[in-house]
Amino acid sequence: MIIAERKPFAEIKAMVAPYKKILIIGCGTCVAVCLAGGEKEVGLLASQLKLALGLEDKRLEIGEITVERQCDLEFLRPLCDFTADYEAIISMACGAGVQYLKQLCYLQPIFPGVNTSFIGVNNEPGYYTERCRACNHCYLGLTGGICPVTMCPKGLLNGPCGGTIQGRCEADPEKECAWSKIYHRLELEGSLDKMRRIMPLHPHDRSTTPGTVIHPAFKRRYGAHE
Amino acid sequence: MEFQPKILALVCTYCTYTAADMAGSARMQYPATVRIVKYLCTGRIDLIHILKAFEAGADAVMVSGCEAGSCHFLEGNLRARERVEYAQKLLAEVGLGGRLEMFEVAASDAPKWVAAVKEMTQRVEALGPSPLRRGRHLHPEVVEQLENMVQS
Repeated sequence: MIIAERKPFAEIKAMVAPYKKILIIGCGTCVAVCLAGGEKEVGLLASQLKLALGLEDKRLEIGEITVERQCDLEFLRPLCDFTADYEAIISMACGAGVQYLKQLCYLQPIFPGVNTSFIGVNNEPGYYTERCRACNHCYLGLTGGICPVTMCPKGLLNGPCGGTIQGRCEADPEKECAWSKIYHRLELEGSLDKMRRIMPLHPHDRSTTPGTVIHPAFKRRYGAHE
Repeated sequence: MEFQPKILALVCTYCTYTAADMAGSARMQYPATVRIVKYLCTGRIDLIHILKAFEAGADAVMVSGCEAGSCHFLEGNLRARERVEYAQKLLAEVGLGGRLEMFEVAASDAPKWVAAVKEMTQRVEALGPSPLRRGRHLHPEVVEQLENMVQS
């Protein structure tokens, strides 16, 4: 899922300083799981803003709502009428959600409430680590389920490099060498022969932004797209 | 009028609430500045409960649970401590630092509860009334809401 971190409070407060009535929209999927922008975090931010502005003797009317997913029109459309009453919007969704919301609610200024970090996993509540760079060319079948593009700081496809120090990475000795881990995984799997395979250059052109994917079943509807 | 602090105490029924009860039975004297909300475990206390208390005009909030290692639900008090520390950070960001504290009071430790209330009262007297209070008393509706939240 997408991992995000809430923006520093001072930054959010400065963004909404000129307004009297704002709406905070949460997103109930990825950012809710990583405790950055779900319903609960919307409530906390609203409460913090009320307290901070109350201390300065200012009044700010705050609306709170959380939708299932802000990256999906199905859930955003019903918001359109609702947002019209507000002067500005804070979206607590990832970057994709903020942009999609703005596409619909283009009359008001919109501000992001979180910084989108990466695609990662939920190790423990509150502890998330990156696993995928969304490079559009997955090697995981060949590398024992460890992504060399993400987990190796150099993104080497034919590792390990000469900087491996007893299974640790030279870029950050705190971290394990991704390729050393790949070797041990493949050893356990009994498929060390995969290590001998020379991988061709990574097709960086496949991750040129902005990407588009059209499902084969929908090619007729959206036009052929290669 | 002399400043009378209003402190909301969010306490665990297994330890602090029992200690507070014992302090009452033993006729121990402590300032009448706290309003107690009883939780089944401090692990149930949410960040929003704490922030709402300040919105309602509380001068301070004290969270009091079991001593580390003796939670009835094993680790509720440890989670509460993590949350209280985070809430302290959130409050410091808005400018209400120093008005939230966590205590650990065992069920048999009534004197510790008395000391905790005295300490918190002194701290609030030094800090002065919450600027959000503006002469109001702690809004009874909010205490009621909190009690409903706890029961639900």
